Amino acid sequence: MPVYNQEIYRKEKHWKEGEFDVYRNMQWTGPGCHEGCGCLFYVKDGKLDHIEGDPNDEFSRGRLCMRCLNMVDEAVNNPTRLGHPLKRAGERGENKWEQISWDEAYDMIEEHVRKAWETQGPEAIVALEGTGRNVVWQVPLLEYSAFKSPNYGCGFLSGDSCYLPRCSASVGVLGGPSVVDCGQYDARRYDSPEYEYPEVILQWGCNAIMTNADGFLGHWIIDCMRQGGTKLITVDPRITWMAAHSEYHIQVRPGTDAAVAMAMLHVMIEEDLVDHEFIDKWCFGYEDLVEAMKDATPEWAAEIAGVTAEEIVGAARMYATAKPAAFHWGLSTDMTPNGVGQAHAFMVMQAITGNVDVPGGNYLATGPFGVDALYGCGYDYFIDDELKKKRIGVEKYPLHKFGAAACLVGDELLLQIEAGEPYEIQVMYLAGTNPIVNMAAEAPRVYKAMMKVPFIVVADLWMTPTCTAMADLVLPIAMSCERDSYREWWTPSRAITKITQYEECKSDEEIIVDLSLRLNPDGVPWHDVESLLNWVLEKDNAPMNWTQLKDQMYAYDFKGYRRYETGKLRPDGQPGFNTMTGKLELRSTLLEAMGYHDLPFFEEPPESPVTRPDLFEEYPLVLTTGKRHWEFFHSEHRNMPTMREFRDQPEVEIHPADAEKLGIEDGDWVWIENQRGRCREVARVTPIIKEGVVCADHGWSFPEKEAAVPVLQGVFDVNINNLTTQGVVGETGYGAPYRCLLCKIYKCTPENSQVTPSDLVFGTKA
Amino acid sequence: MKNGLFINYEFCTGCHSCEVACKKEHKLPKGQFGMHVLKDGPRLDVNGKWEYTYIPYPSHLCDLCAERVSEGRLPTCVHHCQAGVMEYGPIDELAKLLDEQPKSVLFAV
Ligand code: SF4
Ligand code: SF4
Ligand code: SF4
Repeated sequence: MPVYNQEIYRKEKHWKEGEFDVYRNMQWTGPGCHEGCGCLFYVKDGKLDHIEGDPNDEFSRGRLCMRCLNMVDEAVNNPTRLGHPLKRAGERGENKWEQISWDEAYDMIEEHVRKAWETQGPEAIVALEGTGRNVVWQVPLLEYSAFKSPNYGCGFLSGDSCYLPRCSASVGVLGGPSVVDCGQYDARRYDSPEYEYPEVILQWGCNAIMTNADGFLGHWIIDCMRQGGTKLITVDPRITWMAAHSEYHIQVRPGTDAAVAMAMLHVMIEEDLVDHEFIDKWCFGYEDLVEAMKDATPEWAAEIAGVTAEEIVGAARMYATAKPAAFHWGLSTDMTPNGVGQAHAFMVMQAITGNVDVPGGNYLATGPFGVDALYGCGYDYFIDDELKKKRIGVEKYPLHKFGAAACLVGDELLLQIEAGEPYEIQVMYLAGTNPIVNMAAEAPRVYKAMMKVPFIVVADLWMTPTCTAMADLVLPIAMSCERDSYREWWTPSRAITKITQYEECKSDEEIIVDLSLRLNPDGVPWHDVESLLNWVLEKDNAPMNWTQLKDQMYAYDFKGYRRYETGKLRPDGQPGFNTMTGKLELRSTLLEAMGYHDLPFFEEPPESPVTRPDLFEEYPLVLTTGKRHWEFFHSEHRNMPTMREFRDQPEVEIHPADAEKLGIEDGDWVWIENQRGRCREVARVTPIIKEGVVCADHGWSFPEKEAAVPVLQGVFDVNINNLTTQGVVGETGYGAPYRCLLCKIYKCTPENSQVTPSDLVFGTKA
Repeated sequence: MKNGLFINYEFCTGCHSCEVACKKEHKLPKGQFGMHVLKDGPRLDVNGKWEYTYIPYPSHLCDLCAERVSEGRLPTCVHHCQAGVMEYGPIDELAKLLDEQPKSVLFAV
């Protein structure tokens, strides 16, 4: 590991270095990703000149990925970014704009909000965000405090299929999410005397080094491998670099993961590889689990998943006998209607092997100092019980009331907009989300529905296709180094401070303050951004507020391991877990109370070779999508030349045997099609992908193309969400089949490309 | 003693950080690289094991980050490598690392 010069890389927050002011700060999008890597910002004459990774940041320890390394000239100082509020001048989609002042922009918002309040009620105002970036707590707080509405959600992500299924299931089973322990909860990291490296990390449906999802920096796993000799097990339909470096790689058919996990539980139980002491003392429902896993034999799962029973048995033994073993699970868990059942199996595996809340196992992640600054921040403070009942979809899917987030049910929102029933959605505020490019399943349908909403505000960094297509007002948002903010996902507690200003950009926090003071001046306990940020910490009785945190930048709140013994997991201070029974619920009483499966279970995806042989005949390939690349964060970064130098086009991976049968060669443009639609991508013929499965890129548009409709940066021609579904969700409302559908693939020819998906969306060809 | 770069390529994940760091430091245009990461695989070897290996190599444009080094910094590829697999220093010192870390290379630039 490199050794950095401590004279140059100092621990204070700011110093002078020649002509530069150097600021230590953390990066939390945009641009970037979910993470919060430590950066040194070198500023000259008020302008960002260059950045370096901050070696004194314990989260990232000096390293940076290519996106932050590329941030200065191609993002922060990129003259094509939005710098002023823009009001639509032509029709929606014409890309004609008039620059207006912030006051005029706020007047527009105020007028529409007040009209919605008067004619229907606050519930007719919806605020949506993308993934957990630096809008994650701000969008809900804006929705609750300024618009007084309970209807905050994710940008038409069917089934809330990202993190929320996992997290909601974890509330019932473990009392909260569990995360691989790479020492990140303690400022001393790997050097803590209590810390142990995992003997094994089982990585399931995730390529951690590329995704860096959910507050977990993937290269920490490499640290463990190098410094602690950690071995890997990988379950993934793709041969990733990590899979190739694993002791076992189980190459499952997408959507069958729960069967494999249940078979691994079966092996652990049958061979008595479980931690009886932990189970007897701390777990609820072990006998029920034993009974439920009785028939889940490795042979049964192997047949379903297209793997061998031997590798299931081998992986189960290796994980169960490693001390400690850690379990890293990714987004693909959520992207199936079976997501909650699958997540349940994963948590049970961590539990019965005694790996929960132990060093080098899976740590129960709670926000530092108990601060809630995630999806749903301010919900209880601003929304009364009557209004809570108006959160769209929660009566139909009650787990949303008890789950990890206060989101509305996006699939139900779509139906409501389409039907205009029971009432019309009048105002939609989107921040940090670009649904028709990235995460809205059935993107053409969502586009048409959104066009019915009379007033749409989009707050973003760039003029995205979503802005062009439907915004009536576009707000220019400050990038990470231009804002005062706060982050607690997951640790440490971090104050982000403003270093530079770009044109008239404002932070989401400034917008909350401005709009809440206009619309709800007597109802909000703040008067500026600093008092807002202080309130976020003070509302949960954190021992320090933002003003105090800002100078020290970071605060760790490590409460030790095995907190179920010390009473630190429960609000009442009693030993045990923060669940209904106080035990770790192998059988979930919360899920049972709602009439759902209360034990891990497997269900075939709704469109699979098994469930729909009729469809399979016409669409003989399993389609998965949504995997990440180094260069991009979902729909972001396509406008940055360096990222495009490394990756220029959307690709679909296809196995050489399948490609040969179809006469497809590497580099061919191909149509990917199913009964809902098609899109085109470049074929990458590679053994990376399991035979019979194709893996298609998501999030593409071409900023170099015409922005206006009907081109719209070409987004609908390459949108894999032409093929996905809305409203096909798990029993809890969580989880949708983004990653386990069926499709066919054929080469693009001039004849079969005459009517494009864009033509169909915009009606440009009969 | 000349300085060089030590790279433990067994744990190089192919993340491109070294390449982009170098491009930014030296303002290299499209298609130009100081550090360039080459790839082998994934392919099955004769033992039925997957070979999937990256080798970052410094091209003719590499000046071992002379300017940064003169300021007391590490070469930017070494500083930012996400897997921490690179070291900079006198070649005889780096050669000792080869003994401890299999699947490593030493570049005298
Ligand atoms: S993972 Fe990459 S993009 Fe995300 S904050 Fe860290 S360096 Fe930036
Ligand atoms: S030492 Fe400097 S010049 Fe050489 S490859 Fe690394 S970053 Fe580029
Ligand atoms: S930065 Fe490190 S891990 Fe990433 S490609 Fe370069 S050498 Fe490999």
